[in-house]
Amino acid sequence: MRLLFTLCGLLAVGFVLLITVYLVISGIPAIREIGLGKFLLGRTWAAGQDEYGILPLILTSVYGTAGAVVIGVPVGFFTAVFLAKAAPKKLASLLRPAVSLLAGIPSVVYGLVGMRVLVPALRNSLHLPAGDSLLAAILVLAVMILPSIISLSETALEAVPREYEEASLALGATELETYLRVSAPAAKSGIAAAVVLGIGRAIGEAMAIMMVAGNVANMPALTRSVRFLTTGISIELNYSQDGSLQRQALFSVGLVLFLFITLINAFLNLVLKRDKES
Amino acid sequence: MKKALSIAAAAALALTALAGCSGGQRGGTVNTDGSTSMADVMGALTEAFKAEEPDITVNYSGTGSGSGISGVLDGTCDIGLSSRELKAEEVSEGAVAHVVALDGVAVVVNPKNPVSDLTTEQIADIFTGKITNWSELGGADSAIAVYGREDGSGTRTAFEEIVGVEGECAYLNEYGSTGDVIGNVASNENAIGYASLSAVDGSVTAAKVNGVAPSEATVKDGSYTIQRPFVMVTKEGVTLSESAQAFLDFAMSPEAAEYISAAGAVYPN
Repeated sequence: MRLLFTLCGLLAVGFVLLITVYLVISGIPAIREIGLGKFLLGRTWAAGQDEYGILPLILTSVYGTAGAVVIGVPVGFFTAVFLAKAAPKKLASLLRPAVSLLAGIPSVVYGLVGMRVLVPALRNSLHLPAGDSLLAAILVLAVMILPSIISLSETALEAVPREYEEASLALGATELETYLRVSAPAAKSGIAAAVVLGIGRAIGEAMAIMMVAGNVANMPALTRSVRFLTTGISIELNYSQDGSLQRQALFSVGLVLFLFITLINAFLNLVLKRDKES
Repeated sequence: MKKALSIAAAAALALTALAGCSGGQRGGTVNTDGSTSMADVMGALTEAFKAEEPDITVNYSGTGSGSGISGVLDGTCDIGLSSRELKAEEVSEGAVAHVVALDGVAVVVNPKNPVSDLTTEQIADIFTGKITNWSELGGADSAIAVYGREDGSGTRTAFEEIVGVEGECAYLNEYGSTGDVIGNVASNENAIGYASLSAVDGSVTAAKVNGVAPSEATVKDGSYTIQRPFVMVTKEGVTLSESAQAFLDFAMSPEAAEYISAAGAVYPN
């Protein structure tokens, strides 16, 4: 029996190792051929001309994620404060399932709604030739990261000892002051973890933003069509020739993305660990 | 009991998934893999073939011309499907082309757009970004939204080669499939894009090129200039399974002509 458990554990670790090794092995050749500097800092991605610079993709992923966090974190945090502290019990018990449902919606559905509703709305209101843009992707991502931010922040806020808040209220602070100045700082590592998790989800998302971002490898600008690291891989992989530099370069993009996400996870673990120790 | 059933069902599913493109010589199944532009033609051919040979199942998976060709070269499928001519290096690896149909690449605009007759130069200028407003072509005063396919797509390669704008296109948006391009052109009055003629439906207008409307007749006689071959790819030196050979023969036979044209493409011979 014990052997079985060990095997299962090893299996999970094995998959991680397998994927890592595979990505490194298949991602390195193109980087070597193109040159690390040219690959990471090149401003043009055009497989037809054998130009593989992924700076536009990296910047788009960074800006897109940052934008989603700037919009999603405040909204998510205040929703969490509302759910954990202020909401009447009945309303909270209605809202909570709604939030978890939001987490359960497949990303392709977010993309579909974005493509059919958000993109035409942006096109008409901003008078663009087409609404597919970084802005559309940011808005979709912001909604997509809400559930993880809300539920993690809420758990963290609820874990704050009731006495802290009672003391604050007894000293004459208003409820708002108490939540923002006492509860939030006490829950800060949980909230930080929520933010990092949101970043992880946003940077790894492909399907939904492929449907709203326009997918041209431009340098990022809010109303321009852009290509993320993730969508760069998914849109070109099918038609790239096996063994061609294009396909190898796509694996290298995957490797870069993998490194990004590993860094974010390492950071998340650091935050959680510091929390446990304190 | 329920659990056992669901496990059995899952196992069956997994097996069929594995069998999807594992290739080989099992009689009764032909695995084809490749161009998404060929979906309609493949659908029509498989259906007609099924009526003749009910015991042979033809599977089609639309993964793209590039992966279809590499699939047949690696032996992961029986017949590769490509919507562009084979490249020299593919031929040198042993790929053999069988042209089963011709397809026009239609330049599509929104039905509300008054501009629907373009010259090849105008098309080239639009796609390279020299013409940026529909008013320059006698249309409404609005910026042109140039839609295209991603790098590597058979439709894109064919279109850019024929129009002479290889690698110079200034796309506003790029999409991963023919249907995406059509859907997005249909929902945006300012848009122009290109798509396989066989996939063009009533939701978009296929523009005339140099005064010639794309149709089966104009593709076949060559007067509609933006066209490409639909190719079934096999590997030199590899004997097809009996069923795969039967399907290839059927697709190349005069009998297939009516099904190919029903699917919107043109029988070449």
